[in-house]
Amino acid sequence: MTPSVFFFYVLAAVTVVSAAGVALARNILYSAFALLGTLAGVAGLYLYMGADFLGIAQLIIYIGGVLVLILFSVLLTNRIGEVRISNVSTGLVVGAPPAIAVMALCIRVALRTPWPTTEAVPAPMTARIGEAFLHELLLPFELASLVLLMALVGAMVIARRAAKTKRA
Amino acid sequence: MSDLVHIGLPHFLVVSAILFGLGLLTVATRRNAVAILMGVELILNAAALNFVAFSHYVAAAVGGAIFALFIIVLAAAEAAIALAIVLAIFRHFHSIDAQDVSTLRE
Repeated sequence: MTPSVFFFYVLAAVTVVSAAGVALARNILYSAFALLGTLAGVAGLYLYMGADFLGIAQLIIYIGGVLVLILFSVLLTNRIGEVRISNVSTGLVVGAPPAIAVMALCIRVALRTPWPTTEAVPAPMTARIGEAFLHELLLPFELASLVLLMALVGAMVIARRAAKTKRA
Repeated sequence: MSDLVHIGLPHFLVVSAILFGLGLLTVATRRNAVAILMGVELILNAAALNFVAFSHYVAAAVGGAIFALFIIVLAAAEAAIALAIVLAIFRHFHSIDAQDVSTLRE
């Protein structure tokens, strides 16, 4: 087993085990910190495939931004004094079989289909992504920035109006 | 089907399928709204991982990575909006349990 293969299995194990933590942990703070492991593992898998820019973007945006946001809202919406912050899973008996069935179907498709793979050589992609964004993908790029701006203003409006009506 | 030692496309697809199934399980069984959001993040990550794996191993191109970047951007926007809504719901209902927020049903 070469180091690269070993590295892949370590990354995959970190991703899958912490995703199971997100799904099954009893404390929602543990779920949030398990999500950290999942996102970091996926970032590692991106880097493994040579998607260097994407891996770094995942680290900065997901772990630095989205995860901190999630942690904030966990701590803002639960009574921190409680030892066991509630994160009830209901209907695990009913909910698990469909999820497992879908998972098994996806795995079966992934393993049985003869994918037309090419011999891929990992190459740095930052320059290619930048060129794509400034040439043929300029419109989607600008639209994405517009969506971000709208989301920023919208989130502010939603959170602020609620605060005003409550505190008044 | 490739063997266990030569890492290829199916390995990434299996990891992504497991991520997707666990995300589905989280969305289906959690009652805390923030935990449901975490399940959505798992599903989005599974989809993005599939995009990157296919574009790397099948097309050997950069398109999948760009699509995954857009997924990350939209997930960030979605998380910001969803968490603002969760905060508003918490201020209104004093709970973010999805079972308690059922005014529309009555």
